[in-house]
Amino acid sequence: MKVSISVQQELIDTAKFERAMSDASKKVGAVVSFSGLVRDFNDKGDILGLELEHYPGMTEKSLASIIDQASERWDLIAASVCHRVGKIWNGEVIVHVSVASQHRKQAFEACEFIMDYLKTDAPFWKKELSKDGDVWVETKASDNDARGRW
Amino acid sequence: MIKVQFFASIREALGTESIAVETVKGNSLVSDLIEQLCEEKPEWGDVLMDSKVLVAINQEMTHQGAKLESDDEVALFPPVTGG
Repeated sequence: MKVSISVQQELIDTAKFERAMSDASKKVGAVVSFSGLVRDFNDKGDILGLELEHYPGMTEKSLASIIDQASERWDLIAASVCHRVGKIWNGEVIVHVSVASQHRKQAFEACEFIMDYLKTDAPFWKKELSKDGDVWVETKASDNDARGRW
Repeated sequence: MIKVQFFASIREALGTESIAVETVKGNSLVSDLIEQLCEEKPEWGDVLMDSKVLVAINQEMTHQGAKLESDDEVALFPPVTGG
């Protein structure tokens, strides 16, 4: 299985990761991708963007472990996770997950599984930047519920 | 020597990224380490005594009852919010 994990400050070239999935093998019959974008609002109002912090080393290991767990549940040919850190402005992609398998059901489910686990397990922390000041984001119960489904 | 790293809101609240601890008293558990840090710096108590604080030893998630060895890399951080 081909695995790609990247944590970067630069903008994410989502097409590059999707192409790598298609090119992984002639047996690929399905590629499912998810891009998470920075919205311009939170519960309290407008935001300018986010600042993302991570734990170098542990974050990458955690993402590798999540992909590993997905590959034990579904027959995957390739998977990639790319996550931004540093300052990320509204409209930019903060995370991109792409999964290739022979059939679509496996790819759909594995992609969702990887995102749900990333939300609760991977050491990233998000701060919302706004004109009124910067605020660390709190965890959402719905994220734990989403992980619990699996 | 145990290296203790702090991340995100905890790092900001303490105003420090990491510290080195020579030895941990008691049973050398993560909870002993936290107690020791709060004794040395009482102003850290409110931040580190929060039940939501998560712990990793050598970059693996664990809990406050885990035992520490010399040269361990400990990280204390708030619940994660990536993605």
